Amino acid sequence: MTAPVRRGVRALTAWLCALSFFLPFAWMVLTSLHSEQDAATNPPGVGAALTLDGYREFFGASTGTSPWPPLINSVTASVTSTLLVLALALPAAYALSVRPVRKWRDVLFFFLSTKMLPAVAGLLPLYLIAQNTGMLDNIWLLVILYTSMNLPIAVWMMRSFLAEVPREVVEAAAIDGAGPATTLLRIVAPVAMPGIAATALISFIFSWNELLFARVLTGVVAGTAPVFLTGFVTSQGLFLAKVCAAAVCISLPVLVAGFAAQDKLVQGLSLGAVK
Amino acid sequence: MTASLTAEPPRTAPRGGPHRATRPTGSRPRGAWARRAPLLPALVFLIAVTQLPFVATLVISFMRWNALAPADRGFGGLANYRSALTDPTLRSSLLTTVVLTSAVVLTSLLLGLGLALLLDGGFPGRGIVRTLLIAPFLIVPAASALLWKHALYNASYGLVNGSLTWIWGLFGSDGAPQPDWMSSLPLVAVEVSLIWQWTPFMMLILLAGLQSRPPDIVEAAHVDGAGTWQVFRHLTFPHLRRYLELAALLGSIYVVQNFDAVFTLTSGGLGTANLPYTVYETFYRAHDYGQASAEGVLVVICSMAIATLALRTVSSLFREEAP
Repeated sequence: MTAPVRRGVRALTAWLCALSFFLPFAWMVLTSLHSEQDAATNPPGVGAALTLDGYREFFGASTGTSPWPPLINSVTASVTSTLLVLALALPAAYALSVRPVRKWRDVLFFFLSTKMLPAVAGLLPLYLIAQNTGMLDNIWLLVILYTSMNLPIAVWMMRSFLAEVPREVVEAAAIDGAGPATTLLRIVAPVAMPGIAATALISFIFSWNELLFARVLTGVVAGTAPVFLTGFVTSQGLFLAKVCAAAVCISLPVLVAGFAAQDKLVQGLSLGAVK
Repeated sequence: MTASLTAEPPRTAPRGGPHRATRPTGSRPRGAWARRAPLLPALVFLIAVTQLPFVATLVISFMRWNALAPADRGFGGLANYRSALTDPTLRSSLLTTVVLTSAVVLTSLLLGLGLALLLDGGFPGRGIVRTLLIAPFLIVPAASALLWKHALYNASYGLVNGSLTWIWGLFGSDGAPQPDWMSSLPLVAVEVSLIWQWTPFMMLILLAGLQSRPPDIVEAAHVDGAGTWQVFRHLTFPHLRRYLELAALLGSIYVVQNFDAVFTLTSGGLGTANLPYTVYETFYRAHDYGQASAEGVLVVICSMAIATLALRTVSSLFREEAP
């Protein structure tokens, strides 16, 4: 094969793969725009009339159940825990890279090892503690748990980003009499800003997606969006269009953030190993 | 920083030496704590929230404790472990976890590698292709599971069977097979939905690995007459190895703990219950706190085996940037 032909075949294959991977996603969006009757036809009604009824149902048109409380819970849990993660991970990463403590490597691996401990193993005591302290069905419990869930990853990522801050800059700041806090906030943080953004993105996505803790530890008051979503499937009647509409709406924040920051996503997912 | 540059290394520094008496004697312990201070909030928080509950799990696992019989609570010895280990459900869920994790990680790794190789190089619309491929990873996992269960696998109106009807219809036949995917191939159904979600993850890491490969060496190899396969075998693959390991291990950490897909797609039925789901169910349905804890401890022991391996690999990845 000549080079142009080979390039053409390669481009075509890539496009075909991408489209087939995208097909379920496209189908979800299309189904969400169909009426319940058109969504449940066999063979599939690709060209059926479009309607926003599924989205109206998601917003509680006929049931009166508003999706806003769970969505607000999700925003509260994800955003607050992400801010907490950053507030805890940034100084920790500083103490592991810029001005490292002795045995910083062991500490770093301790952080990662907690991530290997399956969340489900601590579920029961957490449930019992929450029950006895009246924290069940309380969004702040999820904030605490999501912070601990994302903290190890965040420390790893931040450390690898802070390690890239040129030493001369830090030393110059120290000579000018800057304390650790000033150095961190004024000198190191601005240089490591892209890394901090990547950390925040990953932390937000993982918190937003979390289902197990939310499902076990919350109820009607503090239920998050994924819990709300799983409750959308009814045993009677057609529900496909509104489930798809709900899936689109609830995935929207992650989709927007992820598409907008694809490179940050890679950095974050690889714990900062890939720059 | 200045301290470590101007003073001798801590171990050899003379304690209260004549010249440095003012600084090191008074400030060394305080200096060490000043270094540790920024680390402490994160460390204390993490230990309190992740390690203490696990210690509690360990304690409860040796107790006789069922929520439905709260009066009969006490030390149960190894009874919970005995019933957990002899429980066929737990053993089959252990097997399911291994099969599910390895199938999902290996398949999505291979697919991700193929896609990354396709995307490594310019062609029209490469950015759009990458964006389209990332989409599955950016759907909330619970939403993705619902999408597969109801919109794709459903026997009477799912897209898969719908497409079969349509294709058969093209040839004028109305006898298209309409299998019930969720009940005939439950584990495969879960695996496919997870592979769909995790392939983009693998692809992103491997693509970043490919693009960090020094291009001039590959060019030189081509000039020297090396074929595509030879370049891949001797240059690309060795370079990519650590990225493959990283992708596989991070993928395993997440897939081993998967709950959303199993819970949503099959509710653990038909032999798809993995360890996290089984622990969840023992605790949520049966209210046997003692046994659920014992299962939790066993899950941790299994994960430790994987984790040790994972940590070793990750540490070899990060070693090169050691000071």
